[in-house]
Amino acid sequence: MLEIECPWCGPRDQDEFSYGGEAHIVRPLSPENLNDREWGDYLFFRDNKKGQHAEQWCHAAGCRRWFNVIRDTVSYRIVSVYRSGDSSSGESP
Amino acid sequence: MSGARRLSRGGLIDRSQIIKFRFNGKAYTGHPGDTLASALLAQGVRLFGRSFKYHRPRGVVGAGAEEPNALVQVGEAGYSTPNLRATQVELYDGLSAQTVNGWPSLKHDVGAINSMFSRILPAGFYYKTFMWPRSAWMRYEHFIRKAAGLGRTPELPDPDIYDKRHIHCDILVVGAGPSGLIAALTAARSGARVVLADEQTQFGGSLLCTSSTIGGLRAVDWVKKMVDELRTFSEVKLLNRSTVTGYFDHNFLTINERRTHHLASGDSDPRMSRERLWRVRAGEVVLATGAIERPLVFDGNDLPGVMLSSAVTTYIRRYAVAPGKTGVVFTNNDSGYQAAIDMAWAGMEVIAIVDSRRSPGTSVVKEAEALGIPIYKGHVISSARSGSEGLNRVELSTWCRSTGELTAHKGMIDCQVLALSGGLSPVVHLHSQSGAKPVFDSHVAAFLPGASVQKERSVGACNGTFDLGDCFREGIQGALAAANVRGFSAIGVDIPATDYKQHAPIEALWEVPSNILDGARAKKFVDYQNDTTASDIRLAAREGYRSIEHVKRYTALGFGTDQGKLGNINGLAILAKTLNKEPGDVGTTTFRPNYTPVTFGAIAGRNLGSELFDPVRKTAIHPWHVKRGALFENVGQWKRPWYYPRPGESMLDAVNRECLATRASVGVLDASTLGKIDIQGPDTAEFLNRIYTNGWTNLLPGRCRYGFMLGEDGMVMDDGVTTCIASNHYLMTTTTGGAAAVMGWMERWLQTEWPDLKVYLTSVTDHWSVMSVAGPQSRAVLEAAGCDVELDSQSFPFMSVREGKIGDISSRISRISFSGELAFEISVDANYGMALWQTVMDAGRAYDITPYGTEAMHVLRAEKGYVIVGQDTDGSVTPNDLGMDWIVSKNKDFIGKRSLFRADTIRPNRKQLVGLLTDDPKTVLPEGAQLVNSPQNSRPVPMIGHVSSSYYSASIGRSIALALVKGGRARMGSTIFAQLMDDHIVPAVVVDPVFYDPENERTKS
Ligand SMILES: [Zn+2]
Repeated sequence: MLEIECPWCGPRDQDEFSYGGEAHIVRPLSPENLNDREWGDYLFFRDNKKGQHAEQWCHAAGCRRWFNVIRDTVSYRIVSVYRSGDSSSGESP
Repeated sequence: MSGARRLSRGGLIDRSQIIKFRFNGKAYTGHPGDTLASALLAQGVRLFGRSFKYHRPRGVVGAGAEEPNALVQVGEAGYSTPNLRATQVELYDGLSAQTVNGWPSLKHDVGAINSMFSRILPAGFYYKTFMWPRSAWMRYEHFIRKAAGLGRTPELPDPDIYDKRHIHCDILVVGAGPSGLIAALTAARSGARVVLADEQTQFGGSLLCTSSTIGGLRAVDWVKKMVDELRTFSEVKLLNRSTVTGYFDHNFLTINERRTHHLASGDSDPRMSRERLWRVRAGEVVLATGAIERPLVFDGNDLPGVMLSSAVTTYIRRYAVAPGKTGVVFTNNDSGYQAAIDMAWAGMEVIAIVDSRRSPGTSVVKEAEALGIPIYKGHVISSARSGSEGLNRVELSTWCRSTGELTAHKGMIDCQVLALSGGLSPVVHLHSQSGAKPVFDSHVAAFLPGASVQKERSVGACNGTFDLGDCFREGIQGALAAANVRGFSAIGVDIPATDYKQHAPIEALWEVPSNILDGARAKKFVDYQNDTTASDIRLAAREGYRSIEHVKRYTALGFGTDQGKLGNINGLAILAKTLNKEPGDVGTTTFRPNYTPVTFGAIAGRNLGSELFDPVRKTAIHPWHVKRGALFENVGQWKRPWYYPRPGESMLDAVNRECLATRASVGVLDASTLGKIDIQGPDTAEFLNRIYTNGWTNLLPGRCRYGFMLGEDGMVMDDGVTTCIASNHYLMTTTTGGAAAVMGWMERWLQTEWPDLKVYLTSVTDHWSVMSVAGPQSRAVLEAAGCDVELDSQSFPFMSVREGKIGDISSRISRISFSGELAFEISVDANYGMALWQTVMDAGRAYDITPYGTEAMHVLRAEKGYVIVGQDTDGSVTPNDLGMDWIVSKNKDFIGKRSLFRADTIRPNRKQLVGLLTDDPKTVLPEGAQLVNSPQNSRPVPMIGHVSSSYYSASIGRSIALALVKGGRARMGSTIFAQLMDDHIVPAVVVDPVFYDPENERTKS
């Protein structure tokens, strides 16, 4: 079981979190201007990275905040944790 | 058989007390401090079980977790636990144990006939039986299962309780042998929070069975001194009888603590848990898990009386049991000599030490020679023979290491005990579970811990360090390093003085050669529990298996309850030799949790039964429903009244009555379970616009609107009515089952995609009690109940909301309807839910007010063609499929909108919602029935849809159904067919899904 550091609450067991898949998938601003392939890319296609992977987690049984995690999908090591809207270096963009 | 095996001196047993117990129905005695195995050995018992495949008689081999043979079922009825190792079962008064695999009796085992057929039961027998014609398995299954079984599943519920605890620590020390004890003390003195766990009754590990002294103290006294000091630290948790069974990600480990196993049934507090599962998050882990001795592989190495040399030492030193009168040691390293020295100390006649090496260590040779024990260097035991009570003779031979063959037969030696030492295998299980790869070290002829992946380090014997002084040094250094990482500056512990012995290196001997004549028939066991022999492994290699993982599955090597603790290393080395590789190139199989078996009770803990496993949610009105005799339906976690049968009524009678009463006069439904989300903030209307398919910007306070939510894939996800309370305050309702998911879904959009929107969500599902009053007389009932809101249609139109009082109770009343009747939904503070219900019921008595349950609710809504998300939709249905384009805005974007114009979603011939009327009005189609075009079809039959809702409608006087049918709306008036499971084919006509009051006149009246 992973130990994830919620940016609001601190380190907690994975049990308290829900997984949200790949992070930084931006919803297109004008979906109606996209063709089916482009919309399909947004809707269905995700990276399946070996190595450092940016992903969303929600502290579902805690503060209920969504945030981002950089996790190594081989070693499961968590490289960094940052709030939604921040960059992985911890800075606000 | 005699009781004379107990020594009159030594051991850690309490001879002043006698414990009575039974084994296979026979009465025995032992002492506190005994295990089941030691007490039985003390009374001369040699036969402990039969092997899995050949049913060969087997005795105790080990003295701890590694034991493959002596598996027992302990306790009776619901307390019964199968497959415990007799070597780890503590004795208590009244204990009753049975051998697990001696059907029908241990002494006369019909399965032993397998021994004679062993040539037709080679490696892969089970595998081939499974894979080859099914009929073969059918033929053998009954026999194999019955004869092979390992223990019996208890047939009664387990009356014990089990629990779990979480613990965080700076340093977890696993194992309380010499390295672990000194590591724990070093860590404790640094001020770190320490957990020390050991699987045994007492701390001390190998020190509990050694004759050597430490710092001038007897080893057990030194252990006591260490434990006494450890007890003085408030931040140190000491867990004995506690096996660290699993090492998971991010230094999360599980410890299985056995709390009452060692107590007689009357002696434990029934409120105390039998086992506890500790869930540990450790900053650093110090592994001090020791090493397990390997047997040597030769013909007959499984006979009762053949034991590990370390086990012989343990039985003599710790349990004061001499396992026989005469003993021989067979070893390839110095540690085996200790068993000879201990056997001599125990008064046994030690006939020989047989050392496959030519140059043993000088210290051990000197000690053995001082005791007059003959040493045969460069010799091997090439076979062992049995009499009626197990081992009675061994064959001595010389051999040539370079050719790997026996060179001369040197005679037979009579002996009852043969102590084997094939070298020590460090217990790298947890290290491997942590994700690290053990590496083969030819100097110790074993796998050692490799580079750490997680925050763990191995010290002492599990790191391949076997000298006691070196173990202490490593334990201290490991703990200092771990404490430093955690920010503690440690003071350290002085290394106590120990006897130093000059050791000669081990010389690997993975398989003893066979004498040529016997070669093909030799039974050299590698895995005792699964009867895997050296020739089985060679056969697997001959049949093309190369990977140890495949050989494991083909030969069952390491598949037993012991997971190959004794056999795996020998097995992979034999495979390596067959393949002309080094053991390190073959590698180990993956070590997986759990280190030793864990009961389901411990894993489940308190998560048992409906009461604790999943919360049960009941509405404020629940007691009334119970009193009224309602039957309940589970909807998510909620208990909802299903229907309220009167005496003598069938379900259909009750549902028909409830529907008719609602349509004719007035019915009431407890709607409190609907999900309710309070939404506030200036951007709420914009947010609703994005979440719902329809428009929300023009909804005025006091009005409400029905909405559809789609997934981004365009499929219907949830629906409900949202009320505008004020311009920045809305109340959303969701389906009962979808509330949590919708809440989470909306939170996610707000936090991750639209953080600029000022919108705040609060779940208020449990805050409100909601009752729906439906039917032509609902207005009259509310008036009679003292409602102070103007209820006529002019002042209170359909889809509007009013605040007011009913009697004294502040209420929010909505004119919405899921029944197709004039209806009022009344929401009150949940604390007043029962009072409101009672008030309305009293006022309605004159109108024959009728409570109805979810079944009638379903019928009423189906008569109106209203869908239930999750019943009439399944995640592949768009609003258009439901014929509900009217709810989809053309003028704004919303979640899922773009997907409604994908090639697939605009495809003609999608499944569409329609009504179905069976030709026979009495036939109610089963929900889920598949629909086909024609009554005569060749297979495969093309399916055109399925029935999603189906009921008998008392109001209409016939059956009705909703269905999703390919191109359904173009099929109006045509007949299609339901293909039932019993091969019946039922014709039905496709109709509009609204069966009742299509003009909606009643709703708006
Ligand atoms: Zn949090």
